Amino acid sequence: MTDTTDLNSLPFSAPLDMVDGMPRLVAGRCRDCGEYSFPIASSCPACGTVVEEVHLPTRGVLWTWTTQEFEPASPPYAPVAGTPFEPYAIGYVEFPNYLRVEGRLTEQDPDILRIGMDMELVAVPRGETLTYAFSPVLTGAG
Amino acid sequence: MNDEIAIIGAGIHPFGRHDAVTGLSMGVRALRGALADAELEWTDMQFAFGGSEDAGNADTMVTDLGLTGIPFINVKNGCATGGSSLTSAVLALQSGQYEIGAVVGFDKHPRGAFVNFPVDWSLPEWYGELGLMMTPQFFGAKIQRYMYDHSIPSSTLAQVAEKAFYNGSLTPHAWRRDTLGREQILNAKMIANPLTQYMLCSPGEGAAALIVCRRDYLPKVTKSRAVWLRSVAFRTRLAGSFEVFSPSLSLDISPSPTVAAAKAAFEIAGVAPQDVDVVQVQDTESGAEIIHLAECGFCEHGEQVEMYANGDTRIEGRLPVNTDGGCLSNGEPVGASGLRQVVEIVTQLRGEAGQRQVPSSPRVGFTHVYGAPGVSACTVLSV
Repeated sequence: MTDTTDLNSLPFSAPLDMVDGMPRLVAGRCRDCGEYSFPIASSCPACGTVVEEVHLPTRGVLWTWTTQEFEPASPPYAPVAGTPFEPYAIGYVEFPNYLRVEGRLTEQDPDILRIGMDMELVAVPRGETLTYAFSPVLTGAG
Repeated sequence: MNDEIAIIGAGIHPFGRHDAVTGLSMGVRALRGALADAELEWTDMQFAFGGSEDAGNADTMVTDLGLTGIPFINVKNGCATGGSSLTSAVLALQSGQYEIGAVVGFDKHPRGAFVNFPVDWSLPEWYGELGLMMTPQFFGAKIQRYMYDHSIPSSTLAQVAEKAFYNGSLTPHAWRRDTLGREQILNAKMIANPLTQYMLCSPGEGAAALIVCRRDYLPKVTKSRAVWLRSVAFRTRLAGSFEVFSPSLSLDISPSPTVAAAKAAFEIAGVAPQDVDVVQVQDTESGAEIIHLAECGFCEHGEQVEMYANGDTRIEGRLPVNTDGGCLSNGEPVGASGLRQVVEIVTQLRGEAGQRQVPSSPRVGFTHVYGAPGVSACTVLSV
């Protein structure tokens, strides 16, 4: 992996889409009750009816978080070849009016992570694939 | 079902690590213990329910116990395996088809964290590959939010573990028998922020068994120390419940299945949380004990800070919780834990808990299990 790799050339390993060059998560929305699902459910988890595909917003707030301090068992975990394990943080990001999505966070410092902080979706290369993560939006950075 | 179903025998195989002993033979030991406690024989049993998550088929115990031809039904329901077996036994007795039967739970897990695979949980492979399929993450994330919502400090988490290890030091069959100080617990290796090493239970080994009967069978028992099983209630999650291995959550979080199971258990038994003298709640980690006490109705959300600071949940406190050290001291053999809780309450209500005996002659007890993927079973017991 080099910095010059075109992210768009990597296959997605999560329900991710590129829209106008920006990463978007692909979720489901129930045509009947409006309940959202991620990843998209085959039928609505709330009422059992048909679900359609939607893109989630890219900005949300951190609803909760924790850390993974030891390397998970593989499988099912897929370590990245040639990269030693580093502890990471995971969290749920709330997208108001939609739902909360779980994912890895790009920041793992407990002194920086705060419930309620602004987060944005980022696409991150992982091995030979592209996946998603949530990244704190730095104050004043727009 | 008040005073209709009695527990007349309780047996336990020590929890911990027993390298040379299979899970099934621990189950047999526990079941023989329960039979001896009831002064009955295996040939007296009319049915059995039992199970484990990782340690084999319960019904093969008949090879050791005796091939009597009775229906022996295997139960496999994650952390609720014991609760499910007990629920099934109660239904069998209530149906009128049987008068007496046995319930057994046992397990023996490999060392280290539980390993789960997406395919077994209707989840996509990428969820596991990315490193999101880890139970400690759920516990950490859930208590992190709960502490934020209800202003609970990390010191309360440490107080839960400190109490558990103290109670475990008084319990002969517990795994962890050494006390630990609050600072030692707080400063231990972080596992899933804010939970440190000593705030999470470990997968382990052990077995527990009960003999249950109808009221009309009691005259046939020579020496009865019956404890009434006044209710057992089992529930699964509703849409929107915050459960383990959830790639997403609804904005409208619905109450945990614990809330419905506890409410039903109290209603069927005709008692209120304030009538309970001794409690067992699932303490997979320190945070779970805190959350479950409120979800079961024993306190308001946030009130736990004061309760633990005051020592209310200690053996001599006003609401003794997990008097045998709970999962934190006993470890988590999934198939056995739910029945271990019931065995402990039976022992406490009989006044036979030795050094860890609740001093005020407890008359009403309560148990609660909770587990993946969103199941809970609660019981109310009394003498």
